[in-house]
Amino acid sequence: MADSSANAGPKLESMKVVEGSYALAHAVMCCSPDVVSAYPITPQTHIVEHLSKFVADGKMPSEFITVDSEFSALSALVGSSAAGARCYSATTSQGLALMFEVLYNVSGMRLPVVMTVANRALSAPLSIWNDHQDSMGARDSGWIQLYAESVQEAVDLTAVAYKIAEAEDILTPAMVCMDGFILTHVYEPVQLLDREIVNEFLPPYAPKIVLDPKNPKTFGAFVDPSMFTEYRYMQYQAQKRALLAIERADREFFEIFGRSYGGLLEVYRGDDAEIMLIAMGSVCGTIKDTIDELRSDGVKVGLIRIRSFRPFPVEAIRKALADASVVAVIEKDVTVGNEGALVSEIKAALYNSKVGIPVIGFVVGLGGRDVTVAGVKNVVSKALGVREGRMDHEFEFLSLREELL
Amino acid sequence: MQNLFAPGHRACAGCAMPTAVKLILDAAGPNTIVASPTGCLEVISTPFPESAWEVAWIHSLFENAAAVASGIDVVMKRLGKEDTNILVIAGDGSTFDIGIGCISGMFERGHNVKYICYDNEAYMNTGVQRSSSTPFCTNTTTTPAGKVSFGNPLPKKDMPAIAVAHRVPYVATASVAYPVDLRKKVKRACEIKGPAYIQISAPCITGWNFEAGNTIEIARLAVETCLWPLYEYVFGELDGVKKVRSKKPVEDYLKTQGRYRHLFRKEGGAEVIAKIQAMADANALKFGLLG
Repeated sequence: MADSSANAGPKLESMKVVEGSYALAHAVMCCSPDVVSAYPITPQTHIVEHLSKFVADGKMPSEFITVDSEFSALSALVGSSAAGARCYSATTSQGLALMFEVLYNVSGMRLPVVMTVANRALSAPLSIWNDHQDSMGARDSGWIQLYAESVQEAVDLTAVAYKIAEAEDILTPAMVCMDGFILTHVYEPVQLLDREIVNEFLPPYAPKIVLDPKNPKTFGAFVDPSMFTEYRYMQYQAQKRALLAIERADREFFEIFGRSYGGLLEVYRGDDAEIMLIAMGSVCGTIKDTIDELRSDGVKVGLIRIRSFRPFPVEAIRKALADASVVAVIEKDVTVGNEGALVSEIKAALYNSKVGIPVIGFVVGLGGRDVTVAGVKNVVSKALGVREGRMDHEFEFLSLREELL
Repeated sequence: MQNLFAPGHRACAGCAMPTAVKLILDAAGPNTIVASPTGCLEVISTPFPESAWEVAWIHSLFENAAAVASGIDVVMKRLGKEDTNILVIAGDGSTFDIGIGCISGMFERGHNVKYICYDNEAYMNTGVQRSSSTPFCTNTTTTPAGKVSFGNPLPKKDMPAIAVAHRVPYVATASVAYPVDLRKKVKRACEIKGPAYIQISAPCITGWNFEAGNTIEIARLAVETCLWPLYEYVFGELDGVKKVRSKKPVEDYLKTQGRYRHLFRKEGGAEVIAKIQAMADANALKFGLLG
C-alpha cells in the first residue's frame, strides 16, 4: 500500500480529453485480445462500439463476436479461452446477472478472461444508473474484482488485470469494475496506453494446455464429492497468491508507466486519522474532497479505498486501521436482509484481530443517486458521535427520502 | 473404424447414444474438437480423472455448447486451422429447449460448427421429464399418462425446420439403425463450410422402456413407420430422403415401448394412435418417403 501522494501522475501535455469508454476501449486494444465477445447494454455500449470501430478500421486485429446475449458472450469466451486465446468482454447489471452461471464456469475452468463491468443497478425497479449491486452479486463467483476510482485507473487496471489473471500460478478471470456513466461517459484528460509499451508490461498469453486436436485433452469433466473441495481450494489459493501479484503488478506498472495506485488499497490522508472511511470506486473522489475540507477544519479523517475486493485484502486493511478509532464504510450496494456487503466484510476482517474498534455502515448512491460532500460530512459526523460513545445505528441508508416511504 | 470414443464409459447397456458418438467420430476423424453440454453424454464419458474422449473435448454448461463452439471456431480461423472439425454433440433437452438461443446465434453468425443432436426425446439424465422433443401422447415423468391424460399433450418441435429457417447450409436427420447413412451425413456436414444440423434418433432404454437388445430394431421401426423420416436439406432445398419400401403401421413401433403402453390399455387409446398414424402419413407425404 502507498499513500496517494506518492502517485506520479501523467504529464498533462501528453494527456487527451476523451470519453471514459473510449479510453477504456483503447486500453483493451493495447492489450491485444485475440477475441472480443460482447452484447450491448447501457452504460457499457460505448466501450464495445469503440472496439468494433477499431476492428473495422483495421487498428485492432481481434475477432469480434456479435453474440445473441450476455450469456452467449461469456460462453463463447469459454471456447476461445480454452483454445488458447486472450479474451475480453464487457457488461453491466442485467447482463452480468445473465452471465451468472458462466462466471462460475470460467473461474472454475481457470480461464483468465478479463471483463469490464460498467457498474449499474439491478432491476426491479428498472434503473440504468450506477451503483455496485451488480458486481457485488458476483463477488462469490471466483473472479478477481478490481474497482477503479477514475477513468485513468480503469484504463491502467485493464492491463494490470490481464497481467494478474494470466499469471501461471493464478489463472483466474478478472473484472475491472468502473462506475457506469460516472466513469464510462465522462470526458476527462487521460493518458492513453501505448500498445508497444503495454507489450513490455504484458507478455503474450501462452497457456500450456489448450483445446488442440493434435494433443487431445478433456476440458470440463465432472468430479465426485471426493475431489470437488480440492478444486475450490486451489481457486482459493490462487486468489491468495493474487494478493501478492496485485501489489507486484502495481509496482511493475509504475516502473514502466510511472503511475501507481497503492496495490490492494489506497490510503488517503491516513496518517493520524481517527475516523477512517472505507469505500470503493468513483465516489472516493467526492470523499477525498470532503476529507480535504474537513482536514482544514482540523477533523482527523482519512480514507481507505479498496481497489481489490476479490481477493479481499484482510491484512492490509487491518494494518491500515491500526491507529484509527472508528470506521465508517460507505458503499453503493446492500445485501437486503442484512447490511452492506463491504461493511460485513470489514467487520469480519477485524473480528479476530487486535483492531477492536467500532464499525458503522452506510448505503449510498443506489440507482445513481448523487453522493454529495454534505452526505459524506454527515457520515463523518455520525462517526465522530460513535467515537464519543453514541452509536444510534450500526447500519443505515444515507439521505433517505422519508416522504416517499 | 477408428475408435475415438473409448470403451469403459458408463452408458447403460443398450443406450443408442454411444453408438451414435462412435459413428460421428469415425466419420469426422481425429482432427476434431467436440463441445458437449451437460447431460447423459457428459456424465457417462468424463468422470474425472477418466475420459472416453480420444479427441479434444470440452464441456461448459447445459445451454451454451453452441456458443462455446462459436468461440472455438473464431480461434481456429485465427490460427489458420479452418480444417478442424468443430462439433457439438448434444441431447434434445439442451438442443430443443434450454440451448436454443445460443444455437440460433451460432447458426445466424454462420460459424463452421456442426451441431449434432442425439435425440432421445426427453430429459433422460434427470429421469425422463418431457422436453419439447417429446412426441405426442408420450408418457414421461412430467407428462405422465393418467386417468385424464394420455401423456405429453403437444407434438414434437420441428427443430430441423428451425435450422433450415436459419439458412443453415446442411440439415439432416439420421438414425443409429442406419450407420452407413449416418456416417455419410456427418462427412457431408463436415465438407460443407458453415454450420450444419444433424438430428439422430437415439432410443433410450430407460426412458422409452424397452429391453436392451431392441435398440436398433426400435430405431429402425421409427423410420419404417415414417415417424422418423430420414432426409437432407442442402442450402434450404430437400436434397434426398431415405425411401421406405414397406411402410409399417405406427402400432408396430408404439407397442415396442413402455412409454406408449397406455395407448393400448386406456379407453380412447385407439383415437390417439390414429392421430399418431396421421402424423406418420403426413411425413410420408411431405418428404415423399414412399415409392
